[in-house]
Amino acid sequence: MNYSDKVVDHYENPRNVGTLDQASPDVGTGLVGAPACGDVMRLQIQVDGAGVIREARFKTFGCGSAIASSSLVTEWVKGRTVEDALRIRNTDVARELALPPVKIHCSVLAEDAIRAAVADWKKKRGLPPAP
Amino acid sequence: METPEAMKVPIYMDNAATTPVDPRVLEAMLPYFTTEFGNAASKSHVFGWRAEEAVEAARAEVAALIGATAREMVFTSGATESNNLALKGAAQFLAPRGKHLVTCQTEHKAVLDSMHALERQGFEVTYLPVARDGRLDPGDVARALRPDTTLVSVMHANNEVGVLHPVEEIGRITRERGVLFHTDAVQSAGKVPFDVEKVGADLVSLSAHKLYGPKGVGALYVRRKPRARLIAQMDGGGHERGHRSGTLNVPGIVGMGKACAIAQAELPAESARLLALRERLRAGIERRVERATVNGSLTHRLPGNLNVSFACVEGEALMLAMKDVAVSSGSACTSASLEPSYVLRALGVPDELAHASLRFGLGRFNTEEEVDHVVELLAQKVQKLRDMSPLWDMVKAGIDPSTVQWADNA
Repeated sequence: MNYSDKVVDHYENPRNVGTLDQASPDVGTGLVGAPACGDVMRLQIQVDGAGVIREARFKTFGCGSAIASSSLVTEWVKGRTVEDALRIRNTDVARELALPPVKIHCSVLAEDAIRAAVADWKKKRGLPPAP
Repeated sequence: METPEAMKVPIYMDNAATTPVDPRVLEAMLPYFTTEFGNAASKSHVFGWRAEEAVEAARAEVAALIGATAREMVFTSGATESNNLALKGAAQFLAPRGKHLVTCQTEHKAVLDSMHALERQGFEVTYLPVARDGRLDPGDVARALRPDTTLVSVMHANNEVGVLHPVEEIGRITRERGVLFHTDAVQSAGKVPFDVEKVGADLVSLSAHKLYGPKGVGALYVRRKPRARLIAQMDGGGHERGHRSGTLNVPGIVGMGKACAIAQAELPAESARLLALRERLRAGIERRVERATVNGSLTHRLPGNLNVSFACVEGEALMLAMKDVAVSSGSACTSASLEPSYVLRALGVPDELAHASLRFGLGRFNTEEEVDHVVELLAQKVQKLRDMSPLWDMVKAGIDPSTVQWADNA
């Protein structure tokens, strides 16, 4: 696979790899994908009282573009409000990383991971789920 | 990790995909591009005669590798064409007698897709399953035969897992029942002994570029006694005894002949050397990487093949991490489809482990130093990827990811 320099950079120097305390009330965890499909992404966000994402961590089982997509969204969500993070679209990820058509599903998974992490945080906070 | 200074990178360990042309083969071929450029079908002058002479010498060399006679070898453009010609040609010729064919689920696409084409022409095809070790049970072949079965096609060695099928047993069964037996020996020819008489094969596909010959040339063995008959798939000047029209690729054929002669002469020593290299690689992985499992039988296997799944690590990501090492993967992410390897599936390898597989194909030019380097690199990169794998976290926490209910298990 001929990857863009950005994919290779995120793949070789992944940002924000790791784990936040899943039990903490200010941490939302999203686990999306399936091993049988070849990609599993875990995205965690730590949200402050103002609804701003202060920390983000990921771990991903998947190909180079799945790892790069997760790494990229951890950078993008940091400093944004959760509502703003929900506005990140898979097409933004695909465009930024210049993903080939066969790898678009990796960017879809990254968007799903953001939604799942925010949904988990909202549930912990007793907030209504995103529309 | 530093690459040892003397080692040339990238390291090529994908010899099941293709092999470099051996310099001795290239040397034999060169005159046939320039001074000896004649058309082997030109009967009226010395240029044609010399080309024909070279082709016939090569034909004898190719035939000798598999215990055949020169008159039984048909040159083609490669093994895909050989498989197409063997299956379509024989099935169509024998159609008045019956339209049932038997093959195996782990065959190469050139066989499976030829079979699918025949199904569209009204043939019925039985695709036999394999055991967990990747081998076909000859008893299954015997049970699949019907009065209208005309042809059985089972490869000698599988291209992904290197597993050797019991072709001699299958050949005995087909001979007894008067059914033609085709075998794709592309991966095994020149690597392990193969003899058309011992195997009882009627049709055998070969490729030059898998045994250090050039790309774009292959051969089909067509038995004369008892005669296997084919309907030609390429019409034209009636070359190759009418089996395959088209001007002969003289330099390619000369190269294939030389490649076969070298492979035959060096087979006993080279096969032992490759097996030792393969076992060095396997032992190294076993020692340095936990939860690495070999796919397919180790006893019935090509000496140069190793197919390993590294749990919780996606194959394409691992190949990207090992960017100075050329291998291949059964992961879906290496292909245009989103399905992992159908061969590993047929062996019952779970999809998550098929995605996590690498195929190593050791060849004539690999060294112990390269194998040792690859083992170290693997140990390091597998660990790096596991450190960022949520599945590895689960395994380490004692959770089996296969027992988890995954949301979009599409």
